[in-house]
Amino acid sequence: MIDLGKEDLAKYPFLAEAGEYIRDRGFNLEEFGHSDFKPVLEKAYNRIQVATTGKIYNSDLHLDNLDSEILSFVISIIMLKSVGISSLTRRFSLAEARRAERYLQQDINRSKDSSRVELAFKILRDVFSIDVNIIHDDFVISVSDYVHRAIHFHEKEWKLVNRRVENGLVYLNSHETVRLIRRELDNYINSKIQSVSIPSVPKAFDEYVSILRSLAKKFTSTFEISTEYPPCIKHAIEVLDKGENLSHSGRFMLATFLLTKGKNIEQIVPLFKNAPDYNEKVTRYQLEHLAGKTGAGKKYSCPSCDKIRSEDLCFEIPECNNIINPLQFGKKRIKNA
Amino acid sequence: MGKKESKMHEKNLALVEGAFKKYYFDHFDQIHVPPRTSEREFGYQKFNLGMKRHLAIKNDQDLHLLLMTQIPSDVYCSNGYYSFPNLPMAEKDWKEADLIFDLDAKDLNLPCRKDHTCIKCNNCQNTSIYQTTCPNCASTKIEIKSVTCQNCISGLKKEVKKLLTILKEDLGINNEDIQVFFSGNEGFHVHVVNSQYQTLTRERTELIDYIMFKGAIPESFGFTKQNFSKTSFPEPDEKGWGGRVSKAIFNSKAKRTKAIQQILQGGYSVFNSRLEKLQNTIGIKIDPNVTADIHRIFRLGGSINSKSGLSKILCKDFVDDFDPYLEACFIDDEETQVLANCPVQFKLKNKKYGPYTNEKISVPKYAAIYMICKGLADAS
Repeated sequence: MIDLGKEDLAKYPFLAEAGEYIRDRGFNLEEFGHSDFKPVLEKAYNRIQVATTGKIYNSDLHLDNLDSEILSFVISIIMLKSVGISSLTRRFSLAEARRAERYLQQDINRSKDSSRVELAFKILRDVFSIDVNIIHDDFVISVSDYVHRAIHFHEKEWKLVNRRVENGLVYLNSHETVRLIRRELDNYINSKIQSVSIPSVPKAFDEYVSILRSLAKKFTSTFEISTEYPPCIKHAIEVLDKGENLSHSGRFMLATFLLTKGKNIEQIVPLFKNAPDYNEKVTRYQLEHLAGKTGAGKKYSCPSCDKIRSEDLCFEIPECNNIINPLQFGKKRIKNA
Repeated sequence: MGKKESKMHEKNLALVEGAFKKYYFDHFDQIHVPPRTSEREFGYQKFNLGMKRHLAIKNDQDLHLLLMTQIPSDVYCSNGYYSFPNLPMAEKDWKEADLIFDLDAKDLNLPCRKDHTCIKCNNCQNTSIYQTTCPNCASTKIEIKSVTCQNCISGLKKEVKKLLTILKEDLGINNEDIQVFFSGNEGFHVHVVNSQYQTLTRERTELIDYIMFKGAIPESFGFTKQNFSKTSFPEPDEKGWGGRVSKAIFNSKAKRTKAIQQILQGGYSVFNSRLEKLQNTIGIKIDPNVTADIHRIFRLGGSINSKSGLSKILCKDFVDDFDPYLEACFIDDEETQVLANCPVQFKLKNKKYGPYTNEKISVPKYAAIYMICKGLADAS
């Protein structure tokens, strides 16, 4: 049994233990409206604001600050619930996931302090059901746990064939071990936020909520979904619209489809605004690359229905009419002679 | 399964069904339902009829009853486990699936292949030695028929051994959870139960690429675009693909330094294509579609394969001297007359048969059935 210290709760405020701590201390929502809590509210706002810039919020883990660190996470959630814009929440959950990832990596690397390592392993085990062990200087997890997660990565280095595999175990370094669960951590934090219900918010929150609302407008796009688009493309647009993370292959499919349909980069960029890891410069560069405007000038084509199906991105409807590429959707098929 | 076979004539059907029924009646002892029977889906085919699947079978007696009443040409059982195996696929409630592997001689594509392969024309029914068009009517609608070959079996055995090493040493599967079967025609099936991989679904593609050595990049095998240090190349005694790649590239210690120099001179893309080519030599030639399929109904151990009349049997201790053309041939040797059109020689139970050109011959029943199943003879 591992006792979680206050510092641990500040590092991993999404854990159930952090909620219990706050309850035990007897904090309530009304209290947060009191002027004493202004600095914590400020901190909570700051936490979200930093997330919108794509950066990671830096915690101050001095002993005096730990309470406000834990509380600011909770208050951020209350603010996000009041704003009620999912793209903002998704950005926050991804940023918080990356923040926790940083601490997890530090903790599992402290080979001299076994309780730190144990705590990080406990989080991985309890929250994500992955058993991590150490063999010499390596971290090992079971092959099945590994492929279950690595399949979502696009880079070839994550393929099992490019890993050291022995006796049913995959060997990883600390960074890789933690990176493997970012997606789940993000979803976990997001689902925590979704599950919270807040009756009414003190007046002191109003100011922050309205600033955040205007901040969130930056990320909401209004892209007209043509009724002529196939269901896979519509689905991808909807995912982005909700501020959820669309996989790399999903983004590739959407971008190549729209480019081939004659949309220009200016028209496509805003679609990705909602993505939790949106960065306009990067998006623009990638679109230019797909369109063949940079690099070797290779124009990428839209993947086939088979490929899309294998990536779980297919949402076939009868109107698809056995087409083999989304680009054929809605076109009258000529019967084979 | 899959390809549509031409229909069997009445006389052939009577002979083959009779032989199959006798086999099933005489060999109940070697045909059993697999463990966790009630969670499996069964299926079977009858000659000249389609596939019947989504069946639930409770025990050996039920299975034997089905064999005797239906005399199926082929019997299948799911690798998947379901709450309701007899409901339509969408309602079955899939729980998990055994890992299965199919290694087929045709995927090895050995040089001997042309010597034991012939063609049958779908247009004029003529048979001849292997070529791409029918020499009789020039039609391109031909079926390729391959007969027994010990060289292909040796090649497959090597492949199975390589697979078993990866399953055990790399993927950590216990020896007692692995079963190796001769497929009944020209392949081997490997079944894995109780492993950590049971609940994997589309992640199985990662295991497939691993086993086939697909998608390897130079960085994982010591070559980085920046770092030219030779010490980072894998050593032959390393476990997993590192060691196997090392053995394949630097076959001796003396040649290692020279080989490394060559690799570094050749550069990244040369090494990359070298790794790609290694797929053909050190990668295992499994059929990826079979292993990826978690809803497959797979030939049941102990049942007869209608492509040959031989049985799918367990190779108990997978030993080098296992001879499927002796040990999987259970149909009796009663003299049987057939009209044979078999342009290539084959060997069953250590006896050679053919080639035959439109000849009325008398051969043991197992050889007659073998040729009829291959479409290379007719009952007379």
